[in-house]
Amino acid sequence: MIKIENLTKHFPGLDRPAVNKLSLEINEGEVCVLVGPSGCGKTTTMKMINRLHEPDEGEVYLNGKRASEMNQIDLRRGIGYVIQEIGLFPHMTIKENIATVPRELGWDRERINKRVRELLDLMGLDPEIYSDRRPAALSGGQRQRVGVARALAADPPVMLMDEPFAAVDPITRARLQNEFLRILDKMDKTIIFVTHDINEAIKMGDKIAVLREGELVQHSTPEELLDAPANEFVAQLVGRNRSIKRLHLIRVEDIIEEDADKYSVAAESGRKEIKDKLSESKVGALMVTDEQGCLLGRVDEQSLKKEGETAGELVDEIHDQVTADSTLNDSLSVMLESGEGYVPVVDEEKGFFRDIITLQDLLQEVRQG
Amino acid sequence: MKKENIKLLAVTVAIFVTGLVMVYYVMENPTDSMVERMLSRENIWRAFREHLVIVGVSMAGALAVGIPGGILLSRPRFYYIGKVFENIVNIGQTVPSLAILALFYTILGLGFNTAVFAIWLYSILPILRNTFAGITSISDEVIESARGMGMTGRRILTRIELPLAAPIITAGIRTAIVINVGTATLATFIGAGGLGDLIVTGLSIRRNMIIITGAGLSALLAILLDFWIGQIKLRLVKW
Ligand SMILES: Nc1ncnc2c1ncn2[C@@H]1O[C@H](COP(=O)(O)OP(=O)(O)OP(=O)(O)O)[C@@H](O)[C@H]1O
Ligand SMILES: [Mg+2]
Repeated sequence: MIKIENLTKHFPGLDRPAVNKLSLEINEGEVCVLVGPSGCGKTTTMKMINRLHEPDEGEVYLNGKRASEMNQIDLRRGIGYVIQEIGLFPHMTIKENIATVPRELGWDRERINKRVRELLDLMGLDPEIYSDRRPAALSGGQRQRVGVARALAADPPVMLMDEPFAAVDPITRARLQNEFLRILDKMDKTIIFVTHDINEAIKMGDKIAVLREGELVQHSTPEELLDAPANEFVAQLVGRNRSIKRLHLIRVEDIIEEDADKYSVAAESGRKEIKDKLSESKVGALMVTDEQGCLLGRVDEQSLKKEGETAGELVDEIHDQVTADSTLNDSLSVMLESGEGYVPVVDEEKGFFRDIITLQDLLQEVRQG
Repeated sequence: MKKENIKLLAVTVAIFVTGLVMVYYVMENPTDSMVERMLSRENIWRAFREHLVIVGVSMAGALAVGIPGGILLSRPRFYYIGKVFENIVNIGQTVPSLAILALFYTILGLGFNTAVFAIWLYSILPILRNTFAGITSISDEVIESARGMGMTGRRILTRIELPLAAPIITAGIRTAIVINVGTATLATFIGAGGLGDLIVTGLSIRRNMIIITGAGLSALLAILLDFWIGQIKLRLVKW
């Protein structure tokens, strides 16, 4: 899909090339993460793909066609670009910002409106509230999401994303990453994703390309990167606790056993049923669910001392849960934050309770790795 | 009607009424026959019309040259020329307008054309400088993201650069128009007529009423045009 061959770029006044003889191949539908320290040439590489920079040497091929021979404007319209500095247009509303490429392509108004709403929903921004605001009235993280929505607008087959989630807090970032991976599952896009967070690289990438001073150091799957770092530089980048890093690679849904019944009671269950099930539960608590199977809260020995007959009356609130598409690392963070040795897992789309995941489960995964 | 339209209409009417009342008053109550002859309807109208023509022609010319010129200088390949030009303009603006008129009088001689030419040249400066400054002050990432999304140079100019530079460009036009109307009162010294005729005649025959009529009308004209451009800016710049 994208083939980079021997790409080199010199900037005047720099003693070494910003990008040096870089070759990479990215298959269709693949997420390739460029990772490396600041100034290693990640942004420069991206800009040579959509020809914001012309390479001094080498060539970029898109579907076998030379980028240098394609019409610059058409080339760029077919590539979604999330610029590192976000670069929203301050004089336009959020809606107009997102509509940029569709408008350049001449879509009709109705189609544009529909698409904008769809994308705002996707990014977790209420269209009613945000459509007509200007970028100045958004937080940094919200702007970044608008930047991603704008790049997705015309549904380009290729996306270049330069640190798209850098300005959001860790929890929102994890959510956006998960949502984005889910969107990707459905869309089958070829993506080049830049980050200098190795954890993000491991989580997002099908392949990871490690750059250093403009040169490619290693190009491999996240697993290979963890198992066999090419040299000391990569090993340092990946860090010592590699088995813990592996937690970024595994999704909750891959290890849970769908034991929803074992760990939950319906809201109308009586004390007897709760007691019986509690004695079976390895975490000393049960999740309470409504008719749809959605989480209402939890009950444990303490709750049984309260007044009330059914689980629905005895229930205590819980604040922490993870979606089934989260990584094990996400659930570890939630456990550490809540101070509990387990966290309930809910379905990311329907919201029903699926299972619980415990610290033991995580430890087991780490040991296996 | 929208609130901003009501304001536009109300202020415009107020300025017109003030001008008409003033003219009517001085025509009805001349202090003596010399004032009466000077402030005849024909004479006031002629001075005002000449003034309008000088302002109109020179401003239209200044806009036609200043904005495209500023855009051109803001293109990357002319950027350094633009920077140099910006400095020249800043120095040029410190030369008094009367000196500019005098200078061109020595080159081009007396008359309407000389006045229009000098005032035109003088009014280009703030418009051109502000257009250049407004466009070049737009942050790189905004332009880069527009380019990265496949907007053509022309579309970037009309949809991104000009709208974002609009507040600064209109500020330049306002400066130009105030200078322009003021300088046009000096055109009388090189025989180009205008409201300056009233002021200078009033001074030489010591009739305050004539001076105030000429000065008042040119002030009202400056206020009105300045207000209109401010209103245009309000309607263009919504962010
Ligand atoms: N337009 C430019 N002119 C001159 N030098 C540049 C230009 N753009 C980038 N460079 C230089 O090229 C090198 C690579 O820059 P690049 O922006 O690709 O780094 P990066 O990997 O994206 O870093 P970061 O993680 O900080 O964004 C740096 O040394 C930078 O100073
Ligand atoms: Mg960068």
